[in-house]
Amino acid sequence: MSNLTDYKNMWVFVETENGKPKNVGYELISVAKPLAEKKGCELVAIVIGYHVEQAAKDAICYGADSAIVVDRPEYEFYTTDAFAKALTTLVKKYKPETLMLGATNNGRDLGPRVSCRLKTGLTADCTGIDIDEETGNMAWTRPTFGGNLMATIMCPENRPQMGTVRPGVFKKGRYDEAKSGTIVREEIAVAPEEIRTSLVERVKEVAESVNLEEAEIIVSGGRGVGSQENFAILRELADVLGATVGCSRAVVDAGWMPHAHQVGQSGKNVAPKLYIAVGISGAIQHVAGISGADTILAINKDPDAPIFGVADYGIVGNLNEVVPELTAAFKAKKA
Amino acid sequence: MNICVCVKQVPDTNEIKVDPVTHTLVRKGVPSVVNPFDTYAQEVGVRLKEKLGGKVVVISMGPEQAKEAIKSCLSVGADAGYLISGRPFGGSDTLATSYILSEAIKAVEEKEGLKFDLILCGKQAVDGDTAQVGPEIAEHLGLPQITYALDILEEDGKIQVKRECDEGYDMITTTLPAVVTVVKLPYEPRYPTIKSKMAAKKKEIPILSEKDIPALDLERCGLSGSPTKVKKTYTPVKEKNGVKLQDMEAADAAKEMVKLMFDAKIL
Repeated sequence: MSNLTDYKNMWVFVETENGKPKNVGYELISVAKPLAEKKGCELVAIVIGYHVEQAAKDAICYGADSAIVVDRPEYEFYTTDAFAKALTTLVKKYKPETLMLGATNNGRDLGPRVSCRLKTGLTADCTGIDIDEETGNMAWTRPTFGGNLMATIMCPENRPQMGTVRPGVFKKGRYDEAKSGTIVREEIAVAPEEIRTSLVERVKEVAESVNLEEAEIIVSGGRGVGSQENFAILRELADVLGATVGCSRAVVDAGWMPHAHQVGQSGKNVAPKLYIAVGISGAIQHVAGISGADTILAINKDPDAPIFGVADYGIVGNLNEVVPELTAAFKAKKA
Repeated sequence: MNICVCVKQVPDTNEIKVDPVTHTLVRKGVPSVVNPFDTYAQEVGVRLKEKLGGKVVVISMGPEQAKEAIKSCLSVGADAGYLISGRPFGGSDTLATSYILSEAIKAVEEKEGLKFDLILCGKQAVDGDTAQVGPEIAEHLGLPQITYALDILEEDGKIQVKRECDEGYDMITTTLPAVVTVVKLPYEPRYPTIKSKMAAKKKEIPILSEKDIPALDLERCGLSGSPTKVKKTYTPVKEKNGVKLQDMEAADAAKEMVKLMFDAKIL
C-alpha cells in the first residue's frame, strides 16, 4: 500500500434517496467539521446518486468545504455493485485519510464492501468520534455487547480510516445559505452487467410517518404504561407540547406500538431537546439511544429505576396520575 | 440448491451484567446461544432446501465450544457442519474473519464436492453488532450481496429477496451464487425434536484449521490481518445528579416540575 502520508482530507458520504439527502450525512458534516479543523484538512462531501446537485450544495451550506459528485442515471437507486465501484474509484483517485458513512441500511451495506475492497479498517455504528492526541489517528467509539460495553477503535496502519455513524446521534449544524465551495463532478460509468442485483418493486408499508430523529420533544412510553389504550395519556401530553410519541422495545414486543416508534439500540437514536420517559425502566439498550438528548425527564413509580440515573429531572410516582397532571400544568403555563 | 449458513456463537447479551466495582463485563455463567439473526438465516436456508433439494452446510468460526452452536443447527435441519478453528485465527477483526470464512467456504465446497448457490448470514452478531462479515465475505468471494433480508422467496429456481428499507421494503433479485444477510422472517425458526437432537449429537463435526485450508495466507489472519485495533474498552457510566421529586401529590409534583423546567429555560 502507498504511504500513509499520501492520504489527506476528511470525507463524509452523503447518502441520498430519490435525489434527496438523508439527514445523517449532514449530521456527519457537523461532527466532522471541528475534527477537520483540528487536523487542518479539508472536509469533503461525497454525493453519489441521480439529480443530486442540490444535495451537494446543501452539504457545503451545512459546513463541508467542497463536494465531489457522481451524478448519473445508473445511481438513481442504490445498488451495492454500482455504489461500491464509484466510492472505491473515488478513494483510489483522491486518497482521503478518513471516510465516514451514515449507519443506515445502505451505509452498512456499502461500508464493509468498500473497506474490504480497499483492505482497510471500518468501525461500525460509532457514537463518538475524536482524534487520538498521541498518533493523530481517528478514535472511533462504539457500543458493543448490546450497549453494555464501549470500545474505542483505531485503524493505525491503513487508509482511509473508515467508520459508520448511527443516524440521530449527532445534530445537524447551522445551514449557511451564503457559504460556497467547489463542486467537482466525476463521471464513473457502470455497465448494466456490472450490477448483479435488480430492484423489482419498492413497497411502502409505514402508514404513519414517524420522524423521531428530528423531533424537538419526544414523549416516550415503556412497559409501565400498561396497555396500548393507555398511550392515550402520552398522546395528550405530546399534543400539548407539540411532541412526537416514542416507545421502548418492550412496548413494540407487546404489540402496543409499531417498530417505527421504537427508541434505543434496536430502534432509533434520538437527539431531542427534551426526552420525557414515561414508565421506562432505562435498560442500557434504551439509554444508548437517548444519549443525544439535551434534557431527560423521567416518570417512574420505582425510585431506583436506572432511568433516574441518566435523567436531569425525575418524578417518582404513578404515571396514570402524574402524566395527566403534567399535561394540565403545561397547558396552564402555555395559556 | 446448495446453501452455506454462517453462524456465530454469542453470549446471550440480555444476560450480560456489568460488575459494579470493576466496571467490566461479567461473562461467567452467561449462557451461549446461536446468534439470533443466524437462526433466521438457518431456518430460511432449510426451507429453501426442503423445497428445492440440495444441502445445507453450517460453518462457524470459534473455539471448540462453538460446536454446540453447529449442533443446534444440525438439530433443526442442517445436513452438515464444520467448525473453523485455529490458533492463528484468534484476534481477527471483521476483515480477517471474513477472509478466513471465505477461504473456509471454498475448502468446504471441495470437501463436500459441491458448489454453494447461496451463502446466508445473520444481519449482524448481537455481541459485536458490526454487520460487516456478511458483505465482506461477498467481497472476498466476488459475489453479489443483498443485506437486511426480511424473507427469501423462490420461483423457478430464482430467488427474490424482500429487503428492509426505511419506509417498507424492496423486492430485489440477484444472480446466483450470492450472499444474503437476514434480519428476520415472517415466521419463527423451528424447534428441534428429541429425536433430531439425538441425531445431531451423534453427528461428527469436522474441524478445519489453517492446515486444512492450504490457500490461506496467514498474514491476513488474526491480529496481523486486522487493520482495526481496539484501543480501550470501558463500561458506560452515566450517573447524573438530576432533580428528583418524590413523595409528592401528583398535581404538586407536576406543577413544580413545569416551573423548574421553565425556570431552566428548557421550554
